[in-house]
Amino acid sequence: MTLCAVESQLASGETARPGQAFFWLVSLLFSSLIWFTTATLIGNKDEPREKYLLIFGVLISVLIQEMFRFAYYKLLKKASEGLKTINPYEKAPSMRLLAYVSGLGFGIMSGVFSFVNTLSDSLGPGTVGIHGDPPQFFLYSAFMTLVITLLHVFWGIVFFDGCEKKKWYTLLVVLLSHLLVSALTLISPHYGLNLVLAYIIMVLMGVWAFFVSGGSCRSLKLCLLCQDKDFLLFNQRAR
Amino acid sequence: MLTFMASDSEEEVCDERTSLMSAESPTPRSCQDGRQGLEDGESAAQWRSQESEEDHEEEDPDRYVCSGVPGRPPGLEEELTLKYGAKHVIMLFVPVTLCMIVVVATIKSVRFYTEKNGQLIYTPFSEDTPSVGQRLLNSVLNTLIMISVIVTMTIFLVVLYKYRCYKFIHGWLIMSSLMLLFLFTYIYLGEVLKTYNVAMDYPTLFLTVWNFGAVGMVCIHWKGPLVLQQAYLIMISALMALVFIKYLPEWSAWVILGAISVYDLVAVLCPKGPLRMLVETAQERNEPIFPALIYSSAMVWTVGMAKLDPSSQGALQLPYDPEMEDSYDSFGEPSYPDVFEPPLPGYPGEELEEEEERGVKLGLGDFIFYSVLVGKAAATGSGDWNTTLACFVAILIGLCLTLLLLAVFKKALPALPISITFGLIFYFSTDNLVRPFMDTLASHQLYI
Repeated sequence: MTLCAVESQLASGETARPGQAFFWLVSLLFSSLIWFTTATLIGNKDEPREKYLLIFGVLISVLIQEMFRFAYYKLLKKASEGLKTINPYEKAPSMRLLAYVSGLGFGIMSGVFSFVNTLSDSLGPGTVGIHGDPPQFFLYSAFMTLVITLLHVFWGIVFFDGCEKKKWYTLLVVLLSHLLVSALTLISPHYGLNLVLAYIIMVLMGVWAFFVSGGSCRSLKLCLLCQDKDFLLFNQRAR
Repeated sequence: MLTFMASDSEEEVCDERTSLMSAESPTPRSCQDGRQGLEDGESAAQWRSQESEEDHEEEDPDRYVCSGVPGRPPGLEEELTLKYGAKHVIMLFVPVTLCMIVVVATIKSVRFYTEKNGQLIYTPFSEDTPSVGQRLLNSVLNTLIMISVIVTMTIFLVVLYKYRCYKFIHGWLIMSSLMLLFLFTYIYLGEVLKTYNVAMDYPTLFLTVWNFGAVGMVCIHWKGPLVLQQAYLIMISALMALVFIKYLPEWSAWVILGAISVYDLVAVLCPKGPLRMLVETAQERNEPIFPALIYSSAMVWTVGMAKLDPSSQGALQLPYDPEMEDSYDSFGEPSYPDVFEPPLPGYPGEELEEEEERGVKLGLGDFIFYSVLVGKAAATGSGDWNTTLACFVAILIGLCLTLLLLAVFKKALPALPISITFGLIFYFSTDNLVRPFMDTLASHQLYI
């Protein structure tokens, strides 16, 4: 009963978002721990070593994030099943909704952590790019944070759908695209290239997520022309 | 644990307030009323800073969450409890978040609350020693003194309650709210005006503080709109938390937070714990716990369920009082039986005709200590916002888990331990591990 209670609360869409945010935080904690211990073990402070260490940290972090996304999926699945056994007649939140909410939680947490310190620095006195660095630092950070957040949402939807339908290659694709986006940010000075590629990946993932969650060209047309009765009536049918 | 708001007079120690919330029905009713865990946080502390003569109150936050349902078949009851569990979580997220936002915003902008200006009398040992061991020892000693004061005051309060010295307790409560609403607000307002360099003349200030305080006293101790009362409770929790943040030395604050959660756990769950005895006494007598120490988020909108309990002079049975929003605010005080007007004189065991929402009650001490943790993280964490956010999320998740446990166990539960544990773990780990990582990433503009 206890387990069911726990899971039922998680399965309810409202608490899924902070739950996933918490999971992201824990994943960040673990990856920082690994990075920190590796850095202390290696000990050396010279430039290229530090850069390699950082790259290693980023890769490990991406891996751990995806692992935690999977762990959260498992938790939600068990919660939904537990809720179904308690009350078979009540409609549980659909896995798609949970996927969206959990992706949003991940994305918000990730975005906020990346961006909030930059934001608070931007209030302070200073001139951007006074030492020859690119002056669009803040703009780039803002757009990058936006694309990462949206990507997390789409990855969440695609990931959960892949897990539901047991298409494991989906998980691999999500992991690889996440690694790709993070690796792209390594080529720091080329803001334009970074952003364009990241946005292209985001649009592709968005389209994939759209089709995965049951949309189709027809429903999109209906929605855009305001003819979709379901949408207008805010019906939430489990699909 | 219930939170106690102790108001002292100049000489007196702050007393603690414990609010015991027995939920709904009187004991003869055997329906599965989730007992609302009331936490009694009593910490009476007599603060006397070395410079000012202010008396502060110390509160122990006790969290007492209760969810109750009227008589229903057990299976339905269980589902309802589970279903409502998530709603309660959301209903408590908002006030806790608001309180933390107020505290963090103040800490980040008003410098007064991060300046070291002396210590409270309950933490006499200074932390200015050069050696780490000495500093640790001093903070542990400070904690011991503080916790023993809290325990003493809690026991004193339980004794008072057992021997029905209601007038004394109510007088204390009123004195402490007076102090909080007038004195601390005045100081807070002064510091905020100083920070933003806004000039205000004394008549305007007097008018503002008077109105604020008078309405607050009325709302908290008598009747008022629910939202206003909730807002006032949040504000006084934030003020109290700010006082703690200012006057507790660094390491002592962390050790005190840890020790208070352990105390909370013991006091609420052990059979001979003071808070548990308080809860049980109140339930035996079928009285509501003192108002002004509990934040309640109840919103009952069902018709036909009247809770009329002539023996209980208080109107703290929120879930059973439909339509009487005022009654939520009119905390029953045993000495004023006519405060509560029952909406319908029906039999208390009437079936509900509609679905009702149950409220959740959280002791003010919990608000205070959560905000102390987040505020301290904001004040001292060199990771700036990352640390603060991590603590915030950790506390909310702890609150979630505690509410879940409450839905399962249906009795008074301490709200502090899980949240504070998570908060402490995340504070120290984020400050030491995550911050260097994120800083390095941000400086190279890498995104994970």
